[in-house]
Amino acid sequence: MTALPIGQQLINLFAAILLLLAFAMLAQRRIVSLIDLFAAQGLVLALSTAVVAYSTRQPHLYESAALTLALKVFVLPWLLYRLVRKLDVRWEFEGLINIPTTMLIGIVLVVLSFNLALPISELASTVTRSTLGIAMASVMLAFLMMITRRKAIPQVIGFLAMENGLLFAATSATYGMPMVVELGIALDVLVGMLILGVFFFQIREQFDSLDLRHLENLKEEE
Amino acid sequence: MPEIVFVLALPVLGAALLALIGHRSFAPSVNVAVSTGTFVAAAALTARVIEDGPLLVLGRQFLLDPFNVFLVALTAFVGMTTSLFSRPYMRIEEEHGRLTPGRLRLYHSMFQLFMFTMLLALTTNNVGILWVAMEAATLATVLLVSLYRTPASLEAAWKYFILCGVGIAQALFGTILLYFAAEKLLGAGGGALLWTELNAVRENLEPTVVSLAFVFLLVGYGTKVGLVPLHNWLPDAHAEGPTPVSAVLSGLLLNVALYAVVRCKVLVDGALPDAFAKDLMIGFGLLSVVVAALLLSRQKDIKRLFAYSSIEHMGIITFAFGIGGPIANFAGLLHMTVHSLTKSAIFFAVGHAVQKTGTQVMDDIRGLVTISPMVGWGLALGALAILGMPPFGVFASEFLILTTAMREQPWATPFLLAALGVAFAAVFSKVQPMVFGETTAMRLPVRPAMIPVFTHLSLVLMLGLWIPPFLADWYRNAAKLIG
Amino acid sequence: MSAAALLSQLLQVAIALLLAPLLVGWVNQCRAWLQNKRPPSLFLPYRTIHKLFVKDAVIADNASPIFRLMPYIVFGAMCCAAAIVPSLATALPFARAADAIALVGLFALARVFMALAAMDIGTSFGSLGARREMFVGFLAEPALLMVLFTASLISGSTALPTIVDTLAHRELAIYPSLAFAGVAFTMVSLAENARVPVDNPATHLELTMIHEAMLLEYSARHLALLEWASALKLFNYSCIGLALFFPFGIAEGADFVAMLGAAPALVLKLAIGGASLAVIETLSAKMRIFRAPEFLGTAFLLAVLGMLVNLLLGS
Repeated sequence: MTALPIGQQLINLFAAILLLLAFAMLAQRRIVSLIDLFAAQGLVLALSTAVVAYSTRQPHLYESAALTLALKVFVLPWLLYRLVRKLDVRWEFEGLINIPTTMLIGIVLVVLSFNLALPISELASTVTRSTLGIAMASVMLAFLMMITRRKAIPQVIGFLAMENGLLFAATSATYGMPMVVELGIALDVLVGMLILGVFFFQIREQFDSLDLRHLENLKEEE
Repeated sequence: MPEIVFVLALPVLGAALLALIGHRSFAPSVNVAVSTGTFVAAAALTARVIEDGPLLVLGRQFLLDPFNVFLVALTAFVGMTTSLFSRPYMRIEEEHGRLTPGRLRLYHSMFQLFMFTMLLALTTNNVGILWVAMEAATLATVLLVSLYRTPASLEAAWKYFILCGVGIAQALFGTILLYFAAEKLLGAGGGALLWTELNAVRENLEPTVVSLAFVFLLVGYGTKVGLVPLHNWLPDAHAEGPTPVSAVLSGLLLNVALYAVVRCKVLVDGALPDAFAKDLMIGFGLLSVVVAALLLSRQKDIKRLFAYSSIEHMGIITFAFGIGGPIANFAGLLHMTVHSLTKSAIFFAVGHAVQKTGTQVMDDIRGLVTISPMVGWGLALGALAILGMPPFGVFASEFLILTTAMREQPWATPFLLAALGVAFAAVFSKVQPMVFGETTAMRLPVRPAMIPVFTHLSLVLMLGLWIPPFLADWYRNAAKLIG
Repeated sequence: MSAAALLSQLLQVAIALLLAPLLVGWVNQCRAWLQNKRPPSLFLPYRTIHKLFVKDAVIADNASPIFRLMPYIVFGAMCCAAAIVPSLATALPFARAADAIALVGLFALARVFMALAAMDIGTSFGSLGARREMFVGFLAEPALLMVLFTASLISGSTALPTIVDTLAHRELAIYPSLAFAGVAFTMVSLAENARVPVDNPATHLELTMIHEAMLLEYSARHLALLEWASALKLFNYSCIGLALFFPFGIAEGADFVAMLGAAPALVLKLAIGGASLAVIETLSAKMRIFRAPEFLGTAFLLAVLGMLVNLLLGS
C-alpha cells in the first residue's frame, strides 16, 4: 500500500488533531485551559491552511492562514485571557451532563457528521475533501459544548470553536472563501468578541457571577 | 453612481459622529438629520432605478433590482420615522431615570450602524457579504437590547446573541456550501459568490449540495426571521429592549432576513426540479402562524404580545413566498411593506403608552384614550390594522394570500383562517380594555411623538385602498423575479 | 504441525517466561533511577519468585478449590497468551488458535478467576480488590477491543499474524488513526496491568489497592505463580503493542534462526518500552478510583476516533 503524498498526510494529521482538540474541549473543566485549547485549534487550522496553500500552489491561502493565525491564535485568546482575569472566573464545575456521557454523545455526533459529509465529499474536487467530515464533526462538537455548559465564557468559546470548524469546512471543500468574505467574517468575530466582553461585564455587574442559571428566568408566562 | 454611495455612507458617518457626540442634548436631532438624509438618498436611488431599470454597480458588488430597492426605501423610511419617534421617547426615558447620557451615546451610534448593516445587506450582490452584514446587524443590536441593564434585558440580549449567533453559523455553512456548488461552474474567487452570476447559472448547480445549502440557509436566516421553532429570542428581545429598538427589529430586521432567505430560494428553485424550497417555506410559515396565534392569548406583557404578532405575520409572508406565483409573491411583498409600517406604528404608540402608565403588563394599562386620545387611538387603529381589518392594507394582502392558498394549497387554508381568527380574538380582547375605560395613565413631561404613528397608519390605509401604479409595477416586477 | 514448528513455539513461550520478570525488574530499576534512589538488582524478581517457590503454602480453612486452582489457571492463561502473541515470529502453529478478540477473552478469563478467588475467603480487602478490578476491567475491555478493531480494519483480519504482516509492510508515513489507537492502547494497558495512574503496584496501603488486594491471601508457590503471571501479562501487553504499532524486526517464518535473530530486536524494543513506562509512572499521580471511568472513557474515545478517522481518511 503506497502512502499518500506528504502534504496530504500532514493535512490528514492536522484534521485528526483538530477533532481531538474538539473532544478535549468537551472534557475540559479549567477555563484557562479551554482558551489554550482554542488557541491550539487556531494554530492547527492556520498550519493546515498553509500546507494546502503549499501543496496546491494557491498564494491567497497564505493570506488566509496568516489572518487565522493573527486572529485566532493571538488576538482572540489574548482578549479572552484578559476577560477571564478581570472577571476572575477560573473553574467550571459539572455542566448539564457529566463528562463521560457527553463524550459518548460526541461520538454519536461524529458518526452522524461523517455520514452527512460523505456525499458532498464525493462531489468536491479539492485535495482535502475527505476532511470535510471532520470539519462538520468539530462544528457539531462545538455546538454540543455550547449546549452543555453552564458558564458564559465556555459557551462563547464553544461558539468560536464552531466558527473554527466552519472555516475548516470552507478550506477543505473549496480552498477557502474569497478574501473579502474572509476578512468580513474575521471582522465580525472580532467585533463580536469585543461586544461580548462589554456584555459580560454588564452581566457580572448585575448578577455578581457569570453562571448562566441566573439568565434563565424569562419564561412564557411573563 | 452617487446615490448608493450616499445611502451607505451616511449611516456610517452618522454612527461615527454620534459615537463622539451622542450624549449631548442635540444628539437626537443629529440622529434624525442623518436618517432623513439617508431616506432622501434612498428615494433618489429608487427614482433612478424606476427610470433606468436594475442596476449593477461598483464593480458588480452592489445590485439594485425591483426586489430590493423598494425594501431599501422602506428601510430608510422607517428608520427616519423611528428616529423621529425616538427623540421625545428617549428624552422621556432619560427624565424617568432609566437611561444615562453615556448609554444614549451608545444607543445613537449603534442605531445608525444598524441602519448601515441592514442597507448593506439589502444592496450587496455578494452572498458572502450578505452574511457578514446580517451578523453585523445582530452584533449592533445586542448591546441595544440590554440597554436598560435590568436582569431581564441582560437575559434577553444573551439569548438573542447566542441563538442568532448559532443560527448565523448555520447560515455561514449554507453559504459555504453554496460557494462550493458555484465554484464548479464559475471558478474560484469573488465572482462565484455574486448573486447575479449564481442566478445566471442556477440550473446547472449541483442539486444535492444546493438543497443541503438551502436547508442550512433557511434554518440560519430563518432564526433571524423568527420562524418557529427558532423564534425563542424574539419575544424577549422585543419586550426588554427600548421601544425604538423593538420597532426596528420588528419592522426592518425581520424583513431583511426574509429577503436573504428569498434570494437563496430563487437560486434553489432554479437548481432543483421539485418544489423543495417552496415546500419548506410553506411548512415553516404555516407552523409559525399557527404557533404564534396560539401563544398570543397567553401573553401578559404588551410588547411580547406584539412580538408574537410579528412572528405570526412573518410566518404569513414566508407562507406566501412559499406558494409562489405572481399573485402570492405580490401579496407577500405588499404584506412586508404594510406589516413593517403598521408594526412600527404600533410599537411607537405602545412605547408612549408604557411611558404613561409606567408598566408593560397589559392588565395594568387601562383607559389610554381618556388621558391621551392620540396615543389611545393610535394603538387602537394600529391593532385593528395589524389584525387585518379592512380597509387597511393588511386586509388586502391577507385576502390575496388566502385566496391563492385556497387555489394552490387548499389544505392549509383552514389552519390559516383559524389562526388568524384566534389572533384577532386574542389581540382585540386585550387591546380594547387598554384603550377604553377607566385610566391609570399619567401625563408625560414631553409631548409624545404621534406624527410617525399616524403617518404610517395613513400610508397603510392608502395602500389598502389604492396602490400607486409605480408601486404596483414594482411589486409585479419583483414578484416575477422571485418566481 | 512439524516438530520443528512445535519447538519454535515452545521456544517463544520459554523466552517469554524468561524475559517477563526481567522486564519487571528493568521497569523498577528505571523508576528508581528517575526517583533518584538506588536501584534494586535487575534480577530481583527472579530471586523473589525462587524464594516464594521454596516456602510452605498457608491456606485459609474455608478456602474452596477455586482458591487453590486460580494461580494455575491464571498462569496457564498467560502462557497461552504468550504462545499466541507474535512476540518473536508470526507463523507459529499456535498463532492461528485465537485471533485478537479471543485473546481479549483469554485475559478476561484470567481476570474472572482472580476476582472469584479474591472473594473466596471472604475478607473485606479481597472483595474490595475484586470489585475494583472488575470495574476497571469492564471499562477497559471495550477500549481494547476498539483498538484491535482499528488495527484489524486496516489489515482486514482479526488474526494477529495477519495484522502484523500487513502493518509491517506499510510504508513509513503518518497514520493518524494508528496514532490515536496507540495512545488509547497505552492508556488501556496502564489500566489492565495495574500501573500508575490507575493503580500503584508498589503500594502497601490496602485501601488504595486494586490488583494487590486480590493477592493478599496468597503465599508461597501460589504467590510465585501469580507474580510471574502478572509479569507475563505486562510482557504480553507490551508485545501486543509492539506487534500492532512497531512490528519491525518480527521474524516472518517459524524457524529457529530467524527467531533468535528477532530476539535482540525484541529485547531492544522492550527495553525502550519499559523505560517509557517508568517515565509515565514517575510523571503521573495515581488518580482516585472514581476518575477511572473518565480515564478509560478517554481511551475508548480515542480508539473510536482512530477507527472513524481511518474509515473517513483511509489512513
